[in-house]
Amino acid sequence: MFLLLPFDSLIVNLLGISLTVLFTLLLVFIIVPAIFGVSFGIRKLYMKTLLKIFAWATLRMERGAKEKNHQLYKPYTNGIIAKDPTSLEEEIKEIRRSGSSKALDNSAEFELSDIFYFCRKGMETIMDDEVTKRFSAEELESWNLLSRTNYNFQYISLRLTVLWGLGVLIRYCFLLPLRIALAFTGISLLVVGTTVVGYLPNGRFKEFLSKHVHLMCYRICVRALTAIITYHDRKNRPRNGGICVANHTSPIDVIILASDGYYAMVGQVHGGLMGVIQRAMVKACPHIWFERSEVKDRHLVAKRLTEHVQDKSKLPILIFPEGTCINNTSVMMFKKGSFEIGATVYPVAIKYDPQFGDAFWNSSKYGMVTYLLRMMTSWAIVCSVWYLPPMTRETDEDAVQFANRVKSAIARQGGLVDLLWDGGLKREKVKDTFKEEQQKLYSKMIAGNHEDRSRS
Amino acid sequence: SEASLVRLYRRFRDLDRNKKGYLCRTDLRQIGALAVNPLGDRIIESFFTDGSYSVDFSGFVRVLAHFRPVDDEELQDPKAPEPLNSRMNKLRFAFQLYDLDRDGKISRHEMLQVLRLMVGVQVTEEQLESITDRTVQEADEDGDGAVSFLEFVKSLEKMDIEQKMSIRILK
Repeated sequence: MFLLLPFDSLIVNLLGISLTVLFTLLLVFIIVPAIFGVSFGIRKLYMKTLLKIFAWATLRMERGAKEKNHQLYKPYTNGIIAKDPTSLEEEIKEIRRSGSSKALDNSAEFELSDIFYFCRKGMETIMDDEVTKRFSAEELESWNLLSRTNYNFQYISLRLTVLWGLGVLIRYCFLLPLRIALAFTGISLLVVGTTVVGYLPNGRFKEFLSKHVHLMCYRICVRALTAIITYHDRKNRPRNGGICVANHTSPIDVIILASDGYYAMVGQVHGGLMGVIQRAMVKACPHIWFERSEVKDRHLVAKRLTEHVQDKSKLPILIFPEGTCINNTSVMMFKKGSFEIGATVYPVAIKYDPQFGDAFWNSSKYGMVTYLLRMMTSWAIVCSVWYLPPMTRETDEDAVQFANRVKSAIARQGGLVDLLWDGGLKREKVKDTFKEEQQKLYSKMIAGNHEDRSRS
Repeated sequence: SEASLVRLYRRFRDLDRNKKGYLCRTDLRQIGALAVNPLGDRIIESFFTDGSYSVDFSGFVRVLAHFRPVDDEELQDPKAPEPLNSRMNKLRFAFQLYDLDRDGKISRHEMLQVLRLMVGVQVTEEQLESITDRTVQEADEDGDGAVSFLEFVKSLEKMDIEQKMSIRILK
């Protein structure tokens, strides 16, 4: 009996020591490279291994489903229904042609059958429209061992369930605490570092230190999320006096971009932890934080942005013109505010690979904390960042056209669908002007032909 | 088929923004592409029978079933009730969009209303009235100044309704 007690405490001690050593080693392996911006390539290896496992898992699932004769729910990416991409005029002409017995060389004014076109188009949009599906997470082709993405969650095989269980264990018990520790380190270093730098007198040294403190902390945060980022065309990186514009999928976009470049942030002043971070960051270098009341005043916003941009010593501004988070399969309308200022625009395209963890923030479904937890319990966040060559507004373009041009470039590079719809449709109704356009098209058909008839 | 039903159910859930379990008119109005459709409101109305404020999944599917492509191989059982996607039922659905007060006839006034919806403010009142008069005249056989359902059917008898009013769901 007496021998057991010291033995017990010995085991506990050993356990404690080994865990601490393990954690410290890991932290060192991860933080030191972060400080110098070097990488050991551990994450890439991790990614490759995971891919192999996922492929195997999907094969097992398909085989299992065939054996049991279940129907697997296959996700679709191109829409539920078969649509014909014809215009309003063509469709209506075809309807009339097929229904009418008279020989028509010129389309008639109006037929009862015209209604079928609108009716069917309306029904099609009810079944599947371009916008609503952009606000929910993308569906995956093959399973990635996270129960949140599995739509066929039935018991398929023992091996698969064991693998999944192992995955859960690794993610929640090993990766999650590690990531939280890293995130904590990163944020506190940022706050402390920027405050300290803020006490230095203005000058080259302060700039240098500030830049490196920022970069270092963002790199630590990147590792806290196990984000594996591939940067393309780094020669096109934004320079002072420019505006950096990117598509928005989640708040993590900021961390991803800021870990590779030194930007001035724009945003609303928050309370709580975010507020502390914001105030600390401002001490080291000028960022643009707006009070909640100022956000509504578009002229004020534009004025402050212009002032910042014109000062060549200030950093490039980072802006997300979509205004809301989109699920990374498409790019929605860019708000024209940032394009009216007249500075050089550096477009950046960010494309996430949802296989390892979907980064989309569905703000109506998850709050910020839940979202971060989900991020930290995914396998990894894999994305590609493309820096596109800078663009300026042409003399005969207005802000909206310029915004659309930049949007198309980003969509093309990232392989995303370019939509004209407004991201604000997530919460608001569409404007009546679009309806009038449809009405105009139709009335041209009817009334225009009426004029022909009355003339002849 | 079962797979299509699963897809439609997920669509129903995506449209149901507050997760109420049923759809109300505002949910459907939120669809951008539907709001710009001139007949959008009428189409939305067709889901809500008898003035109710909500439509559940079975009601949703029942209306969409009108648009199922007609299957030629389906054997017609004369004793079974007519399937929802038959030609007559498709025509009846379209007739509903015109005939607001459900009295079985499209009066001249109702026709004018639908036309006004489709063209908005782009066409003058006189032009619209003359178009309406002509259309009603052409279709109206018994001279009562309105288009009944049978007259409607007759004027469209050559039309390939089955194809024009069908939406195919991808596998």
